[in-house]
Amino acid sequence: FLPERSNLAGVRHILLVLSGKGGVGKSTISTELALSLRHSGKKVGILDVDLCGPSIPRMFRVQDNDVHQCDSGWVPVFVDQDKSISLMSIGFLLEKPDDAVVWRGPKKNALIKQFVADVAWGDLDFLIVDTPPGTSDEHISTVEALRPYKPLGAILVTTPQAVSVGDVRRELTFCKKTGLRVLGIVENMSGFVCPHCSECTNIFSKGGGEELAKHAGVPFLGCVPLDPQLSQSLEEGRDFIQEFPKSSAFPALAHIAQRILDGTAQQSS
Amino acid sequence: QVALLDIDICGPSIPKMMGLEGEQVHQSGSGWSPVYVEENLGVMSVGFLLSSPDDAVIWRGPKKNGLIKQFLRDVDWGEIDYLIVDTPPGTSDEHLSIVQYLGATHIDGAVIITTPQEVSLQDVRKEINFCRKVKLPIIGVVENMSGFVCPKCKNESQIFPPTTGGAEKMCQNLNVSLLGKVPLDPQIGKSCDKGRSFLSEAPESPATLSYRNIIQRIQEYCDQHHFHEEKII
Repeated sequence: FLPERSNLAGVRHILLVLSGKGGVGKSTISTELALSLRHSGKKVGILDVDLCGPSIPRMFRVQDNDVHQCDSGWVPVFVDQDKSISLMSIGFLLEKPDDAVVWRGPKKNALIKQFVADVAWGDLDFLIVDTPPGTSDEHISTVEALRPYKPLGAILVTTPQAVSVGDVRRELTFCKKTGLRVLGIVENMSGFVCPHCSECTNIFSKGGGEELAKHAGVPFLGCVPLDPQLSQSLEEGRDFIQEFPKSSAFPALAHIAQRILDGTAQQSS
Repeated sequence: QVALLDIDICGPSIPKMMGLEGEQVHQSGSGWSPVYVEENLGVMSVGFLLSSPDDAVIWRGPKKNGLIKQFLRDVDWGEIDYLIVDTPPGTSDEHLSIVQYLGATHIDGAVIITTPQEVSLQDVRKEINFCRKVKLPIIGVVENMSGFVCPKCKNESQIFPPTTGGAEKMCQNLNVSLLGKVPLDPQIGKSCDKGRSFLSEAPESPATLSYRNIIQRIQEYCDQHHFHEEKII
């Protein structure tokens, strides 16, 4: 049963991007996945529920935009004239960009409920939900609020080292306990190829994400290498998928999007 | 005599990094006993209370606050020179609670960690504002993952580019100290994963030099701003 005039009624697939660990690249993966899916002709929304550290607006160079209301709720921010990617984030609601959101759980939960119910997304092929690290208020509230809309599942992001994998193992348990399907694990920051001499150094070790996927019996979506062009692109809010197809991270990011698309195609057939 | 308190309840990394995975907390008449790495380094973390590495702590704010209170009240640290509190990212329950619960005693200050890019700095500015809001002094900022020198050709790459001037510019703008910059060194991750001391394993690394300089500056700050301890209620 879905409420008749639900703002999520026009959204075909909902997927969450999770990690137990901070700083592993959830927002990066959310952004690049949205850009890749857009490149494949899909309409994508990103819901940023990281209330303390909202990174998504800047990654699309719309950090100075405001949010407007309409009859059905909040109008998401479109990243360009194309209107194929739309965003919602607390970042758009802050008076000043450096304002800290110093809220305890209950206040965070209330806003998340609003974000899930009151954004007028319209018709979307994919809604990507970017989360902060952890297994706490934001995660519990988001999963509870999305439950009636049957999310496709979650992508878990880790870096290769054991310290990161150690936290992501717990995130896998969170998914199991809350009935959230794991679409797969991404091993981010996996190796760095020196642009000067092409030597590959495993700065954050290698293989931990793949091993975890094997151990947990979930799909492994691939290794994404460290790529200064990717970091630069995110800093400037540019479309990495469009502008840097020859960059070292491109094949891996395109592959992740393809796996998601293949998964949804299988679902419909 | 150092105590390390890990209040990252959902993602407790300290036990692994200290080589203490699998250790359990013991109770005695005087409270919970920290787990000792060495005679003069004791550690407490929710990690020691979990029986499996797969166990998830799926708690809302109030329950996390309760455990943090217990850590501060029930752990028998003994006489210590430094209590270091490792926190999760954010400006929420854990951060508010630790500042509130330690309000009766004196907090020397906070060390704030960032990487060089704007995506990180924009969150760190919020953290600095949080500290100012709750009147937590800021000892300074550390710029981590600051550049990488290729072991083969020795050229430096800025993997996380400081497109808006890095921590240096931010510190200038916000009038906080830049304690130092730590370069990327693959050995750091390796040592942490093995639970060994990077400083001991790679004494010649430029990162070790950076860490030592930063630590010295923190100690100098604490010595300069030394207050007499107030009676704890």
